[in-house]
Amino acid sequence: MISVYEVKETNKMIEHENLDVRTITLGISLMDCIDSDLFKLNENIYHKIVSLAGNLVKTGQEIEHEFGIPIVNKRISVTPIALVGSAACKTSDDYVEIAKTLDKAAKDVGVNFIGGYSALVSKAMTVGDERLIRSVPKALAYTDRVCSSINVGSTRTGINMDAVRLCGEIVKETAVATKERDSLGCAKLVVFCNAPDDNPFMAGAFLGVTEGDAVINVGVSGPGVVKNAIRQVRGEDFEKLCETIKKTAFKITRVGQLVAGEASKRMGIPFGIIDLSLAPTPAVGDSVAEILEEIGLERVGAPGTTAALAMLNDQVKKGGVMASSYVGGLSGAFIPVSEDQGMIDAVRLGALNLEKLEAMTCVCSVGLDMIAIPGKTSAAAISGIIADEMAIGMVNQKTTAVRLIPVIGKDVGETAQFGGLLGYAPIIPVNGYDCSAFINRQGRIPAPIHSFKN
Amino acid sequence: MKKCVITVVGKDTVGIIAKVCTYLAETGINILDISQTIIDGYFNMVTIVDVSGATKEFREYSDELEAAGKEIGVIIHCQREEIFEKMHRL
Repeated sequence: MISVYEVKETNKMIEHENLDVRTITLGISLMDCIDSDLFKLNENIYHKIVSLAGNLVKTGQEIEHEFGIPIVNKRISVTPIALVGSAACKTSDDYVEIAKTLDKAAKDVGVNFIGGYSALVSKAMTVGDERLIRSVPKALAYTDRVCSSINVGSTRTGINMDAVRLCGEIVKETAVATKERDSLGCAKLVVFCNAPDDNPFMAGAFLGVTEGDAVINVGVSGPGVVKNAIRQVRGEDFEKLCETIKKTAFKITRVGQLVAGEASKRMGIPFGIIDLSLAPTPAVGDSVAEILEEIGLERVGAPGTTAALAMLNDQVKKGGVMASSYVGGLSGAFIPVSEDQGMIDAVRLGALNLEKLEAMTCVCSVGLDMIAIPGKTSAAAISGIIADEMAIGMVNQKTTAVRLIPVIGKDVGETAQFGGLLGYAPIIPVNGYDCSAFINRQGRIPAPIHSFKN
Repeated sequence: MKKCVITVVGKDTVGIIAKVCTYLAETGINILDISQTIIDGYFNMVTIVDVSGATKEFREYSDELEAAGKEIGVIIHCQREEIFEKMHRL
């Protein structure tokens, strides 16, 4: 039988260390909604989402109540809309209509985000893909809950630099379109390299074309739990430290597995994957940066940060893998700036800059995430930052992403406020030298060679 | 057997266990294990119960237990046992 000590340990994690299940994301395929008539298409999409996800929020709440574990978000991901809408959408504005339908469906079923306003263009863009990408600024300005992602490269195809150039412009336009809210639209737009099909985390979630009709994916979290566990092994050797992280990750992931299984059973929808992630929030103590500081760094960004993060990321995966029957998504430690108090403080103090963040993305779970940059940053410079990050993903066979927010009307030293889980961010300086001649070249960067590694 | 874990935390007062146990008995819930301590005047109890004979639904008895706790100034949580089982047992 379960001991009192074990009950207390679990409840301490939940009550004092912010242990939660970060999201249950219901993936819904919209392939069977496709129609050449835009009105019919919108109707099909709305009905499919509402009929499948109607009891998602209620099921989530029931599970929360019975097990006493908070499930912070209930969300939906759908088939990339560039595919779904290409037959019906003759203009970018037609795609915006689909975004509005998604937003309405999300609001009606009560989920806080719906992801999949996406295009997969790692090699080239179809006319539909390009129309969708060009519609993103309007779509994100006119909706509240729609999230967009664009996959512009992969290890197998190289980097589509035409898409990278376009994305730089689109990020900038999205910032302008939502400038009265500190360019919040950009917080819902991710540019990927090697995007996974089954990622439950926003803003990059979409349901890949290789997935089934509907699937439940769950993202776990728990930076606070890991931090408290490793506080107990201060000064001990790496073996002890790694062992502690693995054990903690195992426990956290088991809760995710339980919730995923229950949600799948109750909704009659197959379970897909658990995303083993340390996802921070702006709440004090719910920070990946604080874990790195507990490991032994005065501040994130200090020499040794990349090594500490690499170790943490790997141990989280090793501990979590055995706790779940299927692992996928982005699994690892997220390092968003605005959503992590420790990262915000490090940027404020000047301990952490964009270049160090880029280095950290070589070993973290995703990439440059929720970083506020000056509003005057050019589209070419944004494309340059995207290209750098995509190259890291492409060469290292890992998922990388960029979610930058050029905050219109604000500059270094000021702060952008996004609110809620998205937090706030001090604006970080960007290298001012020009890269437009590089970005303006047409075509794509070829896929890398997999031999001659050094 | 379907098990739940009931935790009671709060300032110590007369009749906490009586109140909880009476409610459980009336609802057909069998107590399997009780552990109780008082630290600095704070009452702390963990009870493992079998709810397979319960005459009410989970939501009902968990809400009613919580409300009963409020009446005497303690916090009562009822959770299904699987969350602990999953986390601590292979």
